[in-house]
Amino acid sequence: MTRALFDRELRELHDAVLFLGSMAEKAIVEAMEALRDGDLEWSRRIIEEDKLINAKRFEIEERCIFVIATQQPMATDIRDLVSVLYIVTDLERIADHAEGVAKINLMMGPEPPPRRLGLLPAMADRAVAMLRDTLKAYIERDVEAARRICEADDEVDRLQDRVYEEAFKAMIADPSTIQRNTYLIWASHNFERIADRCTNICERIIYTVTGQMEETNVSKY
Amino acid sequence: MTELGIRAPAPHPAPEAAEHPQPAARFRPKEEIALEAVNLSLWYGKKRALTNVSLAIPKNRVTALIGPSGCGKSTLLRCFNRMNDLIPGVRIEGTVRYHGVDIYAKNVDPVEVRRRIGMVFQKPNPFPKSIYENVAFGARVNGYRGNLDELVERCLRRAALWDEVKDDLKKSGLALSGGQQQRLCIARALANDPDVILMDEPCSALDPIATLKIEDLMRELAEQYTIVIVTHNMQQAARVSDYTAFLLTDERTPGQLIEYAPTQELFTHPKDRRTEDYIRGRFG
Repeated sequence: MTRALFDRELRELHDAVLFLGSMAEKAIVEAMEALRDGDLEWSRRIIEEDKLINAKRFEIEERCIFVIATQQPMATDIRDLVSVLYIVTDLERIADHAEGVAKINLMMGPEPPPRRLGLLPAMADRAVAMLRDTLKAYIERDVEAARRICEADDEVDRLQDRVYEEAFKAMIADPSTIQRNTYLIWASHNFERIADRCTNICERIIYTVTGQMEETNVSKY
Repeated sequence: MTELGIRAPAPHPAPEAAEHPQPAARFRPKEEIALEAVNLSLWYGKKRALTNVSLAIPKNRVTALIGPSGCGKSTLLRCFNRMNDLIPGVRIEGTVRYHGVDIYAKNVDPVEVRRRIGMVFQKPNPFPKSIYENVAFGARVNGYRGNLDELVERCLRRAALWDEVKDDLKKSGLALSGGQQQRLCIARALANDPDVILMDEPCSALDPIATLKIEDLMRELAEQYTIVIVTHNMQQAARVSDYTAFLLTDERTPGQLIEYAPTQELFTHPKDRRTEDYIRGRFG
């Protein structure tokens, strides 16, 4: 096998993408838990830690550009490296959505427990599961899995519809909850965007493997 | 009647009729074809160097031939203007057609073929004469009746060399830098009013700046000429060419065309695994 150095660089980049993905996943899970527990201090930490995620994204991007400039990749390799550039952007934005949920927690302020969040935790679970599956498909270069994950995006969209419905009903029943329920709608929007970003990454996985740009799931939403 | 003054033969069988065409090698540009190898095989004595190559070169485009050393790309290039005729023991099967005319037909003059299908070599090889004479010499020998001064200026301008040498046309061509010498050789080729220019690794002896100048020149020349280039530099092939052909010699089949495609396609998602391995540097 030739190009051992280049292959090692590629492996290290894949590992770094996976690491960034796990940072983003941790941020979503914790942002939801902090929201559920009304833990404002925890949310502040999540917001602070987002800077590390941003820095990691730039680090990977710089490394990727360096590899492109020095190794003159072709065919699968250039698709792989260009996909890394897109995927790290999506992962960093996913973490920004987790940060968004943390900020919503701060805006909602303390509430007496237990906090009523309706279907929001279920929606967060689905978004996290999509991200985990996406990272697995990325490492395994699994095109079929990537296509299936994109189909799952509709499920998150349906959950968001139901969160909206719950929130509107609550607002109509008790207008004093309008502000609180608006925050929950904002939070649901963040989870919905996370799922969308996962489909972007899946499209990049398909492109890396097949060389074909494919819009996988044009949602009705 | 055709440009070479002979009657064009009946259309040849489609490339699909070749004996063992590789699936990815069957591509044929949907454009006017200037040059075409049809089921071309070549032997140097007993040693086979090309096997059933069918390749259609479109007019006014840059076509790159790539592949590892010994894959037959320079041999194929030389077949396009009968340069291999000059090597003892060479035997050819199949045909090469220039605008539909078999250039290996008995009634075709190889000198006329080489006038219409010019060649630029790996190492710049100007004559030990002045810059002016390097360009004017071939035209004068061929009985050019126009204004030689105008011809020299026109060719040097087209070769992007005029501004650098216009005040010193009497200087020896050998006194120029490597990159300038190569552009002088291109100007010399243009003076014969060719239709096709074959370039055999034209930048391999040049520094990066001179290389980029020749590459820019190739793109400009492609507006008026058909260019075929052999290069070991894949980035160069990717930068300058419209179409790329990948050739390979393996244990069983010397000089076979593996894949032919628009350059963008071949370098981003080649169809054949061997092309992919070669352009990714995962070869051998």
